[in-house]
Amino acid sequence: MSTVRLDGVAKRFGTTTVVSDVSLDIAQGELVALLGPSGSGKTTLLRLIAGFESVDGGRIFLDGDDVTTRPALERRCGMVFQHYALFPHLSVGENVAYGLANERLSRSDRDGRVAEALLMVDLAGLEMRPVTALSGGQQQRVALARALAPRPRVLLLDEPLSNLDPSLRERTRRELRDLVRRTGITTVLVTHEQEEAFDLADRIALLHLGRLEQLGTPESLYNQPATPFVAGFVGRASRLSGTIVSRDERNALVLAAGAQWHARVRTSGTGPVQLVLRPDALRFAANGPIAGTVIHRRFAGATAFFTVTVGDGSEVEVAGAPDVARVGDAVHLEPTGTGAHAWASTA
Amino acid sequence: MGVHRVIRRVVAPLLLLLLIWLVAEPMVLVALDAVRSGGVWTLTSVRAFIVEPNEWRAALNSIGLAVASVILGGALGVSLGLVTRLADFPGRRIVSALLALPAVLPPLVGVVAFLFLYGESGVIARMVMAITGAETPPWRFDGAGAVVLIHATTMYVYSYLLVRGALATFDPSLIEAATALGAGRWRVLRTVVLPLLRPAIANGALLTALSSLASFSAPYVFGGGFRVLPTQIVSTRLNGDISIAMVETLALVALSLVTLVMASRIGRVGTRGAGKGIAPAPRRTGSRGSRLAIGLAVWGIAGWLLLPHMALLVVSIVRKGAWNSTALPTAWTAGNYVTLITDPVRWRPFATSLWMAALAAGVAAMLALAVAVAARDPRRALSRWLEGGLGLPWAVPGTVYAIALATMFSISQPGTGRFVLIGTLWLLPLAYLIRSLPVIGRPVVAAIRMLDPALDEAAASLGAGRWRSFATVTLPLLGPVLAGAVALAFVTGLGDFMTSIILYTYDTRPVSLEILGAIRQGDLGVAAAYGVVLTVISSGAFLLAERGRSRA
Repeated sequence: MSTVRLDGVAKRFGTTTVVSDVSLDIAQGELVALLGPSGSGKTTLLRLIAGFESVDGGRIFLDGDDVTTRPALERRCGMVFQHYALFPHLSVGENVAYGLANERLSRSDRDGRVAEALLMVDLAGLEMRPVTALSGGQQQRVALARALAPRPRVLLLDEPLSNLDPSLRERTRRELRDLVRRTGITTVLVTHEQEEAFDLADRIALLHLGRLEQLGTPESLYNQPATPFVAGFVGRASRLSGTIVSRDERNALVLAAGAQWHARVRTSGTGPVQLVLRPDALRFAANGPIAGTVIHRRFAGATAFFTVTVGDGSEVEVAGAPDVARVGDAVHLEPTGTGAHAWASTA
Repeated sequence: MGVHRVIRRVVAPLLLLLLIWLVAEPMVLVALDAVRSGGVWTLTSVRAFIVEPNEWRAALNSIGLAVASVILGGALGVSLGLVTRLADFPGRRIVSALLALPAVLPPLVGVVAFLFLYGESGVIARMVMAITGAETPPWRFDGAGAVVLIHATTMYVYSYLLVRGALATFDPSLIEAATALGAGRWRVLRTVVLPLLRPAIANGALLTALSSLASFSAPYVFGGGFRVLPTQIVSTRLNGDISIAMVETLALVALSLVTLVMASRIGRVGTRGAGKGIAPAPRRTGSRGSRLAIGLAVWGIAGWLLLPHMALLVVSIVRKGAWNSTALPTAWTAGNYVTLITDPVRWRPFATSLWMAALAAGVAAMLALAVAVAARDPRRALSRWLEGGLGLPWAVPGTVYAIALATMFSISQPGTGRFVLIGTLWLLPLAYLIRSLPVIGRPVVAAIRMLDPALDEAAASLGAGRWRSFATVTLPLLGPVLAGAVALAFVTGLGDFMTSIILYTYDTRPVSLEILGAIRQGDLGVAAAYGVVLTVISSGAFLLAERGRSRA
């Protein structure tokens, strides 16, 4: 049983706080993605778990063991680095065997474990190859095999797909997902790509400026964003200023851009709010209450996304059929009744 | 005919001829003189070299000295390089810079500094005598041990700088990857860091071995009965056995070339990680105490390594006669420095060294630049020949070139490019120039090949001709590297001893010989002041060179 527990973890570099009071529980076999823009502290958090950095506050538990002050080499975390960090002077087999040295295996046992790990990443029989002779995708898989061979407690992946070209990335992502599911290993993945996190993770920890903004399933992050930042970072969103007309516990009627919106409200009280809208919160309607002009159209196959300036000059993004409007058209929009979220303006 | 073709068809071959005349012909003449005597082919001298145990001993001593210097200097340099890059301790940056200092100090100045510190009448001996009341010096600092000590404590700097340079682009995630796989500090060092540093370590060993084989000052001053090939060559020649001296010279060249080949075999494993090329962050060691301990150790070693130079400084400001029988000097003076400027006899050698080194570095710079332009395309055979000619003096000990030039320019034979230059003002600057060629040429050729050819094409597309493109694009981009290399070449000439002692005349008596002269006359303070001034100029040039390299 392998779990990861972070309890109020904090890290400063000089006077800059890069990770601030992050608490997180990761269950056995779960894959959690640390998602956030650059500078959000996600890589630092991963390195804190691995033990490459020491915490300035809080505690880290692996399988219930407090490893906060234990050095990296005793933590048994398998790590895949962004640039793989394969040892260029060692062969594929020697790279994969590197982490087995502490287990005092017989030669044949060790070779067996290496072969097993390489088979797992579909590189069986490549033991003797120099790692420098491999393609980028193969190097990535060797890095994965090397990390898994010592049977670590957790697998840590630092943007493992960022070094691959786009066509290879999707296939590798699928293979990675299958592999992690098959081995059932608890995994923490760092990524700045929402799509990657959505595709791979059971749960996503969204980080912003070193703080944990929200932890939840991809669906909950998209449908129930806890903060305006989450709403803006996960999925596409546009913003309008508005005022609450009436409200109950969770829903409110908001007046913005001359229209009334049914929004999920995240703050208490009434008064001015910031309205965050998904592209599906609006639709084109010949006699809709919101008048505007199309200034940009982004074609995306079955649908297109239109940027429309409305009322006070705010821009909103609307999804629609690709041929519904052209750039420069005067259009009317109406709320669909979903996909709107409201926060008090000061939030 | 386009400028490009002029360079390829006319200039490049002319440059090659020039290099053959300056660099290769003198060596060939040495080889011929070794097997010719009075116009007759003979192996008498070769036989004499082979059967004479003294000759063998000098060759074996040279090899032994090189091996000891590589092992001790390498161990010192590699460990200091590793510690100053990978460990964190107070004052790390300052001590790292201080440790690099011996890289440019003229060898003779270093040797004189050792003399003043450890010599029979050196600082330590005097203190011991004053404290114990002894009448005679407590030890003699000479022989193989003394030379090995000097070599190790000055030549460590090659391994030190190369290891630091390699670690500067070492991918830190390789260390982290090994750690995450359960490797402790020593295993990471043994299985990841050291194997990847192999090219740097091999190159450091090569430089140390070549310097040790070529080293003249230390064995000359401290060797006593311990003869090595360079000192043996000079004394054989003084004895008038010219052709045996030539055989010895050839033996020394052969040793250097064998070293070169061996090192290139070892160093060829140049694999590099696909890393980001960020220097590994200094590791914060467990406790404050251990960081302090590492700091104390490194500072202690640095202090010990630089102690001779501090002794030099102290001796330079002691009044003559004020430190004969006391533990500490009794009177201080700035007079030794004033003398250097006000006394024409003292000033002249300095001025001589300055103009010779400046002229040699300047002409060598122009020549090296011309060769670099002509040899820019590494695929052409001519480029490789030009590059080889430029680099040859680097692998050949200075003593050898001095002997070779003295041989070549001792008779007039204009048809083979031989003129009588010996005894004139020009032979020594010419020798400095040849020694400067690889110092300037190697980095400049490397730098010009790193330049993006698209820059020249961009200049051409904007209407710049070849000359304008060279003057406004290529030259400014090479500028920092060129300036640094010229500074190093200048400093090398300024402090030269091993070439000068063979080729100097009354008119070209350089500062290094004046230093030895001052010591013989008992003017230790003046000798030390010369040394300090050379040290300051060299350090300044070194800083300039470093700035050039970091900008390039």
